[in-house]
Amino acid sequence: MDFTFLMQLLINGLVVGSIYALVATGFVIIFKSSSALNLAQGEFLMVGAYICLYLVLQHKVPFIAAFVITMLFSALLGIVIERTTLRPLLGSPVISVIMATLGLASVLRALLQIFFGVDTIPFPEIFPPEPVHIGPVPVSIGYLYSLCCVAVLLTALTAFFKYTKSGLAMRATASSRQTALSMGISVKKVFAMSWCIAAMVSAIGGILLGAIRGGVDMSLANMGLKVLPVVILGGMDSIAGAVLGGLIIGLLENLCGGYLDPLVGGGVKEVVPYIALVLILMVRPSGLLGSRRIERM
Amino acid sequence: MRERIALMIKADMGLFHSKKSLAATVSFLVCLMFVPVYGSSYVLDVVNRIGIAVIAALGLNILTGFTGLISLGNAAFMAIGAYSASWLAMRTGINFIFCIPVAGIITAALGMVVGIPSLRLRGLYLAMATLAAHFIVEFLAVHWESVTGGVAGLTISSPTVAGFALDSDRTVYYLIIPTAILSVLFVSNIFRTRVGRAFIAIRDQEMSAAVMGIDVFKYKLISFALSSFFAGVAGALMACQTRIITPENFPISIAIDSLAMIIIGGLCSVIGTIFGAVFLTALPEFLRLATTALAGSFPELIGKLASLKELVFGLLVILFLIFEPHGISAIWQRTKNRF
Amino acid sequence: MALSLNTQLSCHDIRLTFGGVTALDGVSFEVMDGEIFAIIGPNGAGKSSMLNCISGLYRPQQGEIKFDGLTIRDLPPHQRAKRGIARSFQNIALFRELSVIDNIMTGRHLSQRAGVISGGLFWGWAKCDEEHHRAVVEEIIESLGLQDIRRCAVGSLPYGRQKRVELARALAMEPRLLLLDEPMAGMNAAERDDMVGFILEANCRRKITVVMIEHDMGMVMDISDTVCVLDFGKRIALGSPEQIMNDPHVIKAYLGEDDGFF
Repeated sequence: MDFTFLMQLLINGLVVGSIYALVATGFVIIFKSSSALNLAQGEFLMVGAYICLYLVLQHKVPFIAAFVITMLFSALLGIVIERTTLRPLLGSPVISVIMATLGLASVLRALLQIFFGVDTIPFPEIFPPEPVHIGPVPVSIGYLYSLCCVAVLLTALTAFFKYTKSGLAMRATASSRQTALSMGISVKKVFAMSWCIAAMVSAIGGILLGAIRGGVDMSLANMGLKVLPVVILGGMDSIAGAVLGGLIIGLLENLCGGYLDPLVGGGVKEVVPYIALVLILMVRPSGLLGSRRIERM
Repeated sequence: MRERIALMIKADMGLFHSKKSLAATVSFLVCLMFVPVYGSSYVLDVVNRIGIAVIAALGLNILTGFTGLISLGNAAFMAIGAYSASWLAMRTGINFIFCIPVAGIITAALGMVVGIPSLRLRGLYLAMATLAAHFIVEFLAVHWESVTGGVAGLTISSPTVAGFALDSDRTVYYLIIPTAILSVLFVSNIFRTRVGRAFIAIRDQEMSAAVMGIDVFKYKLISFALSSFFAGVAGALMACQTRIITPENFPISIAIDSLAMIIIGGLCSVIGTIFGAVFLTALPEFLRLATTALAGSFPELIGKLASLKELVFGLLVILFLIFEPHGISAIWQRTKNRF
Repeated sequence: MALSLNTQLSCHDIRLTFGGVTALDGVSFEVMDGEIFAIIGPNGAGKSSMLNCISGLYRPQQGEIKFDGLTIRDLPPHQRAKRGIARSFQNIALFRELSVIDNIMTGRHLSQRAGVISGGLFWGWAKCDEEHHRAVVEEIIESLGLQDIRRCAVGSLPYGRQKRVELARALAMEPRLLLLDEPMAGMNAAERDDMVGFILEANCRRKITVVMIEHDMGMVMDISDTVCVLDFGKRIALGSPEQIMNDPHVIKAYLGEDDGFF
């Protein structure tokens, strides 16, 4: 029993953590290329979940097609947002950019509420409901799919950054905007691309999360803020760090939630990542894999 | 010659640039005195909330606008102020009025505790740390039941002044608005002296500020303490106004509202803070009036009011950032110069 | 001016590295009370790094810096300011949003006493204090000819004016040692002449020791008492302007090897 409980927590943690990792990757990509802190990441996630859901439920589009359309929509959304909101603010103080993404979060959330209402919408069953058994532990198939999906995506992203020209341009911009500019890289295009990728990976995260939870509502947006402890732990400018941080935070909050909730009466899951954030800031502000230079002014 | 310089110095130091603006301010304050006499309970409620918002946003502007340190923790500090004032009043039976400044001081002390680990780091780490502080405070507000009363919250007995209980919007007005006015005055004064200049210097050029002899860390900490003090006072006043406080009174959106107020009003401007607080507190009320008026033709609007508010709020923030980054205070300045 | 024989600032065997790059390599010199001391050298010689070590922005890995005989090596910048060290920056570092007068008022920070509470209450001694120090600042504004731009935001001023405001801000600290990093860079001839006048006045009338970095050789040789030449982080010469002008190392550093070109 105890062992099953532990395994259950570990698996939950891993799955949620992998989605954190995905969303955090989007966050880090934006931060690296344009040093903007995107606090609307959670809303991107929600947009993906809702659009996909809407297509499947209202228009009876098959899931795969709905998924593809959602991706296209998210990519477009990312580009439009970058073009209309972030680009005019290039060179503005940090506070302006943070505030703009908070404003953006409000706008996206409001639009979703206006179109879809505030009640939880059940997600159609994409994965078969019977769990598979790994040893004695029942694991839902959705979890496994989700894990695989995230693993594939992260590998694809890594390959993209390593082997494609655009990926190289993005890495170059991240390491020095000036130099990239002088080498003829269109930094504006890189910014747009980073928002585009961030919106897409978050949307995938949203769809997965919706499918796992079995429903979509406004609380999905909380994921956007949970990303912050993840990236602080992993290191603000490291994609590998985001992945590692995501998994650790996912495990940490599930384990703490599982074992401490009965002692203090719930809510531990929500607060543990932030306690971790504060501790990391005190001990090692650059995070596990972040570069040292980012922490000081 | 000497007199001319003395006159120039006097003009430089004055809070008002002309006799006219002094007169306008004084008459505005006189009008404020009569609001409770003529205003309805609804108007008073809105004005009281504006007063509280002014104090909270003023505190945030000291830190974020003037010192350049971004904080997402304003709601948490307001909560700390509200809870500590209420707890003190409940446990000791002290008149709530005296608990307000004490709550401010407690909040200032806790604010410094939050600030210390991140003040040596880059600006956005403070944003993160304060956000974390927000969620930790929220957790404590729900779970530390012996102090906060948990989800049920705390009920506050009304403060009394010379035997009069300040137990209605009309009476509590006389506590909130004077506090707001005094806070505005206090902060305006600070920015006429070396402390205020040190804050701005740190924001504009930290290295240069250090070379001028400004102890950067110390002044950042002072800024943090001052800012939390005002947030704490605002929270305590809010407890006074609502008379029952629960964790739901202080969601993260309150912190975001405060930030939006100083962005829309004008970072680094005391008068802008007032404009921003008035504007963003009154906005939902306008929207509500508008939707009620339009309800005949568009009945579905009523149900969407909350979403509509959020949409307008977000759009306003973004539009101001792009088209008027210096906020309403810049518009105000331009209009004033035209006359 | 007549030099006293007291050493005011002494730097001994300063070594500063950034990662693998050595910016300063065992530099030593002494600055006498009341002199004008120039540091010259090609670009990248470590001149600004030297000033940063003195004003506390960089902490050298090795070596000793003494001011008035006391070590200041481990003091943070604001403590050094308290001891009487002021400086200007190569790429102007004014407080952009503050007016000229408020910028210069920050120079009075250390002499003023108002705290948060007395400042917030203002009426009373904070006001007197403020009035007194503003009068001092007005005097500086007058002497540097900045009256016409008193209330302008410095961000909007032309370069030459900004340099002058920066000098005014440093002077407002009433320092004993003034570090100037290329005070005349990017100025036209008239502005340069004015600047030279201000520096000399600060040195003679206000009795401030000046350590400056400057590329204008004519000016350096005219007004400085001692010149120190750095090249690749090493001190290659130190002496009076006449000695420096005839020093073979200096000629080599500035003109390159004399054989090889032709």
